[in-house]
Amino acid sequence: MTTHDNVVCTFCGCLCDDLEVDVEDNAIKAVRKACLIGKNKIMNALSHAPAIRVNGREASLGAAVEEAARILGEAKNPLVYGMSSTTSEAQREMVDIAEMIRANLDNPSSYCHGPGVLARQQAGLVTCTLGEAKNRADLVIYWGCNPVEAHMRHLTRYSLQPKGLYTPEGRKDRKVVAIDIRQTPTTKRADLFLQVTPGHTFEIASVLRALVNGLEPEFQDGREEVAGVPMESWRRVVEMIKACKYGVLFFGLGVTQCRNTDINVEQVSRLVQDANKHVRFSALAMRGHGNVNGCNQVMTWQTGFPLAVNFSRGFPRHNPGEYSVVPMLARQEVDAALIVATDPGAHLPADAVRFLKTIPVIHLDPHENLTTPWATVVIPVAPVGVAAAGTFYRMDNVPLRVKKMVESPHPSDEDVLKAIKEKIRHVAHT
Amino acid sequence: MGTLSGLLVTVRTARQGAEMVSDKHGAPYIEEISTLRIHQDDLAELGLEDGGKAALASEHGEIRVFCKAAETPRGLFFLPLGPVANVLFSVHSAKESGVPNWKGIEVTVTGGEGPDKPSGPGQRGES
Repeated sequence: MTTHDNVVCTFCGCLCDDLEVDVEDNAIKAVRKACLIGKNKIMNALSHAPAIRVNGREASLGAAVEEAARILGEAKNPLVYGMSSTTSEAQREMVDIAEMIRANLDNPSSYCHGPGVLARQQAGLVTCTLGEAKNRADLVIYWGCNPVEAHMRHLTRYSLQPKGLYTPEGRKDRKVVAIDIRQTPTTKRADLFLQVTPGHTFEIASVLRALVNGLEPEFQDGREEVAGVPMESWRRVVEMIKACKYGVLFFGLGVTQCRNTDINVEQVSRLVQDANKHVRFSALAMRGHGNVNGCNQVMTWQTGFPLAVNFSRGFPRHNPGEYSVVPMLARQEVDAALIVATDPGAHLPADAVRFLKTIPVIHLDPHENLTTPWATVVIPVAPVGVAAAGTFYRMDNVPLRVKKMVESPHPSDEDVLKAIKEKIRHVAHT
Repeated sequence: MGTLSGLLVTVRTARQGAEMVSDKHGAPYIEEISTLRIHQDDLAELGLEDGGKAALASEHGEIRVFCKAAETPRGLFFLPLGPVANVLFSVHSAKESGVPNWKGIEVTVTGGEGPDKPSGPGQRGES
């Protein structure tokens, strides 16, 4: 039996890196310190692998790679999509392939935290690492996020309970505010919970900005409330902001997917900038998939843009809403797709899935999922962080190395993508 | 059995996440992503007990769910992310920067039209 220490969990953007995993005879025997999701992910990492398939029939890896290269090489307007749960090394190969075949290139952030990425390009973001939050934050605001269920160890490792350099008493040293449209296990941990009506993120951020800047909004109808919450409560939040030494605002999909999407995050970013006129204040996006942040990082290095890129003219063009995956599938313009490390069958609207079923789809994933049953080419890959190593980016942009602890009968995404790329290159030159 | 109109919001739940990474074809995952969180008074108005069956419909599709009483506002319904909820959404419901309206789509809930067991991913509306 071998025990691996400091193992990085690859499920969510927390990338908890203190796990212990017991391995015996090339099998995972036990996982300690992980949350329930992380434990299940690692314990099941080698189970439910699909067979290599081409058009529903079992095939060799070579035949599947050849067919994938043929489909992508012949496509007029292909889509290269996914990457959010694989390594940045594999993401780099995806960008390379997309450029080579003049594809549309996108990742799931375009419908999750992508609006926040766009907002950061407009307004910037005063941000910090999770380590700074742990060591310094005496005011924590959870806005439109429910980490108790989605980022299960966030509160204990980083934001609420840990004892830090300047927060030696842990929870006792922190004030906590939650803004959400419903009670959640997270809002129940807050000192002040503001239950707001849906669709008003921009208005809330605007009124908080006004109050932070010493301005009093006027209400023509006499109802002194915003998003269903009395102004008195918003004033209380601003008092807490101005009274803290170091505040951190964590925002989730309740902010980025709320009506106005990127404009919301832009206003939240400017609120954080305004708060810095009084105190130290930062904000962090609660990134979902383990390396969805890496998608944005790698695409930005390689193309100049974090998402929604089109290579049809031989150079990268960026236009969210046009080259984002959902609008592209709505227009039904793409004629083939390479989808890696995400499961559109589970995550995209049903009519997007119906359309994908009408075009050739090449899919790489460690598990049978809701895309593998109908994809044209299915290639099983080694699960990253368990049977393949590489780089993941935490939600605070800190890169971490994920480990290989066991051997998989299948190659990594990176290796399969390199093989597909070489085959496309070979076909193009013969 | 009554019918209610309201807004559907998709969310992650702890069980949805834990079962999703275990087996997306397993009964626990399918049961969880077919479980609607709804206010107790809305349940009563639908004529349902906790755990009762209902049909949930948007302009894009219709699904069958189990209803679970929760501390939610009245008229706001919450369903875990996944292929069951996604029957109710459309690529054409994407606005602004390409994000479907997963945090608020108008739906109707009609009590008493659910199956004996969840029928799993790909319910009516998805081929």
